[in-house]
Amino acid sequence: MTRTKQVEAEDIIAITGMSMGDIVDKIEELSGQNVFACYQCGMCSAGCPMAEEMDLLPNQVLHALQIQDPEAMTANSMWVCASCYSCQVRCPKGVDLAKVMEAMRQIYLRKQLDHVSLNGLTHREIRRLPQIAIVSSFRKKTG
Amino acid sequence: MSQGRIGVFICHCGMNIEEMVDTHRVAETLKNYPGVVHAEDYDYMCSEIGQQKIRDAIVEHKLDGVVVAACTPSMHQETFRNAAEEVGLNRYRLEVANIREQVSWVHTDREVATEKAIRLTRAAVEKVRMDDDLTPIAVEHATKCLVVGGGITGIQAAVNVANNGYDVILVEKNPSIGGHMAQLSVTFPTLDCAQCILTPRMVEASRHPRIKLLTYSEVIDVSGYIGNYTVKIRKKPTYVDPDKCNLCNKCAEVCPVSVSEEFNEGLSQRKAIYLPFAQAIPSSYVLDEDACLGVKPLRCGRCQEVCDVGAINYDMAPEIITEKVGAIILATGYDLYDPSNLTEYGGGKYPDVVTSLQFERMVHPSGPMKGDLRRPSDGRPVNRIAFVHCAGSRDPERHKPYCSRICCTYTAKQALLFKKSHSDGEASVFYIDIRTDGKGYEEFAQNIIASQRVRYIRGKVAKIVDEGDHLTVWGADTLSGERVEIDVDLVVLAMAVVPSKGTEEMAKTFHINVDENGFLKEAHPKLRPVETTTAGVFIAGMAQGPKDIPDSVAQGSAAAAKAIEILSQKELTHSPEVATVNEELCSGCGVCTRACPYDAIKVERSGIAVVNEILCSGCGACAAACPTGAIEVKNDRRVQYAAMLAAVLGRDE
Ligand SMILES: Cc1cc2nc3c(=O)[nH]c(=O)nc-3n(C[C@H](O)[C@H](O)[C@H](O)COP(=O)(O)OP(=O)(O)OC[C@H]3O[C@@H](n4cnc5c(N)ncnc54)[C@H](O)[C@@H]3O)c2cc1C
Ligand code: SF4
Ligand code: SF4
Ligand code: SF4
Repeated sequence: MTRTKQVEAEDIIAITGMSMGDIVDKIEELSGQNVFACYQCGMCSAGCPMAEEMDLLPNQVLHALQIQDPEAMTANSMWVCASCYSCQVRCPKGVDLAKVMEAMRQIYLRKQLDHVSLNGLTHREIRRLPQIAIVSSFRKKTG
Repeated sequence: MSQGRIGVFICHCGMNIEEMVDTHRVAETLKNYPGVVHAEDYDYMCSEIGQQKIRDAIVEHKLDGVVVAACTPSMHQETFRNAAEEVGLNRYRLEVANIREQVSWVHTDREVATEKAIRLTRAAVEKVRMDDDLTPIAVEHATKCLVVGGGITGIQAAVNVANNGYDVILVEKNPSIGGHMAQLSVTFPTLDCAQCILTPRMVEASRHPRIKLLTYSEVIDVSGYIGNYTVKIRKKPTYVDPDKCNLCNKCAEVCPVSVSEEFNEGLSQRKAIYLPFAQAIPSSYVLDEDACLGVKPLRCGRCQEVCDVGAINYDMAPEIITEKVGAIILATGYDLYDPSNLTEYGGGKYPDVVTSLQFERMVHPSGPMKGDLRRPSDGRPVNRIAFVHCAGSRDPERHKPYCSRICCTYTAKQALLFKKSHSDGEASVFYIDIRTDGKGYEEFAQNIIASQRVRYIRGKVAKIVDEGDHLTVWGADTLSGERVEIDVDLVVLAMAVVPSKGTEEMAKTFHINVDENGFLKEAHPKLRPVETTTAGVFIAGMAQGPKDIPDSVAQGSAAAAKAIEILSQKELTHSPEVATVNEELCSGCGVCTRACPYDAIKVERSGIAVVNEILCSGCGACAAACPTGAIEVKNDRRVQYAAMLAAVLGRDE
């Protein structure tokens, strides 16, 4: 698994103007989810179709948020997430992780920091990319 | 009636009350209240020193009534009444004003709380002022005990009660006693064979001269009250005389009907006439009338033809047995949560995804596979096995919110059993946390993990896919942060435990409650763990909540001790604070009869309502309903309540 940090940890405050604590509060507000309800069973990660591509597994993203680890915001997981909701249907604690991922993206998108630019992709890349990834990219781009 | 010599005691309850209530001011205010001749506050009224203060004041000030303002009367009213009685005050002239649960714990403003405490204490003074001397009502009682459920818990309770010299009726709904323990292979953490430690207990219960064993039976009706319950038991016909049956198996050989065998968790078939299991007690075949082609009218009759000893009697009828008992112990145990609820695991659908109880039977030397573990689907050997923890447990969203407590430890045991017979086999255990909460259990599980090369993978399984010749398990190793997919031959689900089927209806029959998960509810989770809110009815074992054998046995004995507490009394006493009818006012309209939840008041032929004081709980429903005001509850009379209300609500002069 490759760990490509999208944004450096120290940049987070500069970019978002928020501390990790504020970010966690904001994510909870935007998603309507309690990230502390997660008890780290890992069922979300076990069922996640994109887990192989993620720097942090879905459950690890939640854990990072719980301990205010900036890696939650620097890992690529939120961008790789396909919003397929397999985590949400399985979570025994009723945490809608897809919504949490969406809220995390919003933190950046609301700062006009789009992560995916389709114009920047080559035709070959667009052909190779799974359709679901392109669809979810559109979602993410339109914020 | 008090002659106006009332003493008032205000408790600080450490800081519990004092923090929110100025108890000293309460005492000073009450000193000037009409009829009060003594008032004081103290740290802990329930302490020996506190009780002595009450006793001293009663003697010194010749008190004829006492109010203690403290915690809820359900905690210490008895303590204070006993103290008062020791120095000659009638116990029913002491009242408790609840200024903890109803005041200090629920208010945030000390001024308001203090004022409320004063008013509640004044109200209690008003009540005491008009309290009469009362004498407890003596009640005779039965000395038998009913135990429902013949698993290890019920057996333990029955034997304990019987050994103390009281008769026991042990009712079991299955054809044999033994419960789930009889199905287990070996038991953690000592690994002794379950049958070997269980059967001596089963025999002891069945041979005990004081235990009447009623198998294939269920309680259908319960009436009465502590010390005097009348229970009706329905015994299903087994159509086989257990005294004659010599276990020759000829009947089963000729029986044309096969059905799934309960004892082997459906992994094998039995006939309509069958022996529940080798060590069954009573040791006899039984005819399952639901499976049989028909006895009434007779449609087959082959088994009777081959029975040499004439044990089979198709005319056997159900029996209704009525017993009078003084105490009741409910030990109806558990079932596994239905695996077909776990669709993502293919529970109940994929033949090679089995429950933990099925696995116990599969590895049992006398089980359906004679201990030679095979895949139920194709009979191939099992070289790779996965155990899935928390199957249905700890999942408030879709299944059961609680931890089933036993599965972590028995999974370690099962992994060990697998490795013992498959030293080259691969065993993986998917877990969230390892909870081995019992004496020696942590050492037991860790030793297996360390010595047996069992792969413990920390992550809950998301999905199981049946690929025909193997199963694929989707998991995640949350410690390394990798998703894992492994191929195995067999998956064992450590299923959640649930109260046994019918627990809720049974609770209704016995007028007790179940908790939010359907387990029988205890009166107090810490201090009264085997009692219920219905006096004389006790609970024990898995029926009360998930637990292992040692805890079940301990609770069985605890419930026995509580039952003996009742059975051993010369006579029981009943509170005299019961309803009374003023015959002059009663019009015989019968409204009270309908209002009473305890069936305690009836209009007699004389046209006047009469109270059965022993059934009456003093709730006052009849008094409130009576249109002519003919009914009063002793020491809870209308005049008392009017005075109390005035004391609570009235403006200070
Ligand atoms: C797979 C597995 C492995 C286990 N391994 C171990 C182990 O190694 N060590 C250990 O300590 N514990 C183990 N346990 C736990 C153990 O089985 C229980 O702790 C124990 O059996 C509880 O006994 P019980 O009498 O309370 O309940 P049960 O065994 O369920 O007995 C209840 C009895 O009541 C009867 N009954 C139910 N309803 C009625 C009714 N209405 N009227 C009359 N009778 C009724 C039932 O037929 C049954 O006979 C294991 C459990 C499982 C599932
Ligand atoms: S499934 Fe739910 S509880 Fe389990 S790790 Fe994922 S988010 Fe947490
Ligand atoms: S009578 Fe019933 S139990 Fe007996 S052999 Fe026939 S089917 Fe079986
Ligand atoms: S005992 Fe272990 S396997 Fe069973 S529910 Fe609790 S944590 Fe899960």
